[in-house]
Amino acid sequence: MIPAELAGSIPYFSGLPPDAIQALRQALFEKRVDRGEIVLLEGEPSGALFFVAEGVVKVFKTSPEGKEQILAIVRPGDAFNDVPVFDGGVNPASAQAMGPALLYGISRTNLMRIVAAQPQLAANVIRTLAQRLRDMVALVEDLSFKPVIGRVAKILLQYATDTSEPRPRLTQQDIAAMAGTAREVVGRSLKALEEDGIIRLEKHRVVITRRESLQQLAAEAV
Amino acid sequence: MSEMPSFDVGKCDGCQLCISVCQRGGLRSAGESIEVVFADCDECGQCELVCPTGAISFPFEVVIEEPHD
Repeated sequence: MIPAELAGSIPYFSGLPPDAIQALRQALFEKRVDRGEIVLLEGEPSGALFFVAEGVVKVFKTSPEGKEQILAIVRPGDAFNDVPVFDGGVNPASAQAMGPALLYGISRTNLMRIVAAQPQLAANVIRTLAQRLRDMVALVEDLSFKPVIGRVAKILLQYATDTSEPRPRLTQQDIAAMAGTAREVVGRSLKALEEDGIIRLEKHRVVITRRESLQQLAAEAV
Repeated sequence: MSEMPSFDVGKCDGCQLCISVCQRGGLRSAGESIEVVFADCDECGQCELVCPTGAISFPFEVVIEEPHD
């Protein structure tokens, strides 16, 4: 059974009376997964909500070409697979353990039963789903509207042509700060540039292989 | 010797998620912080991805590939 202290620290369960926490603890099942193990597969029915107690799980979608888009990095205390549990549909994304992880799951049937009896839990669910919606809107904004790739291209060109010694070094965090975006977005931008054959990511360095293409993207940046 | 990853002790909150995802044993617990074992790091970047505080980063230089004749 999930330790009471851990259960109490999960945002979904915050502010719940002891009897509700106890009912949830009894309904939760434990699942240990190894590094790389798939917890959920996109498109399949699962009917369970999972909480991460130890380790990290990534939630991602895969395109038909095999390109991976990470939607969330789920750390201890956070939950994943909320949506199908509440709408009864299939898993909207896959979930994979990034290392050994300890998870607790609760079936849709058990969760809905307890939600029906506990208004505070229902309120927590609404708050959590609202946060998910905010996260998704931010992701859509990053992917659709912001010319982040252009700004990243501009920064890469600036550093590539910097002749000072020793060679200046950058991190994804540096680029994120300069481009006014999140490090994850920079990581995706670099990956996209590599997939387009414009740069090559090597150990300790980024090699610009198609300078003109990068310059074109930089010129399009607002 | 590799210089990667760069580790900012001041930002580390000791969650040790980086250790849990490192496949090469490139990171070790050191009291309330983390010790980077450079020789074992293959720079997969997973630790940087999971770090909630941005304490881990991989510095790189940017170069332009000379066209081949």
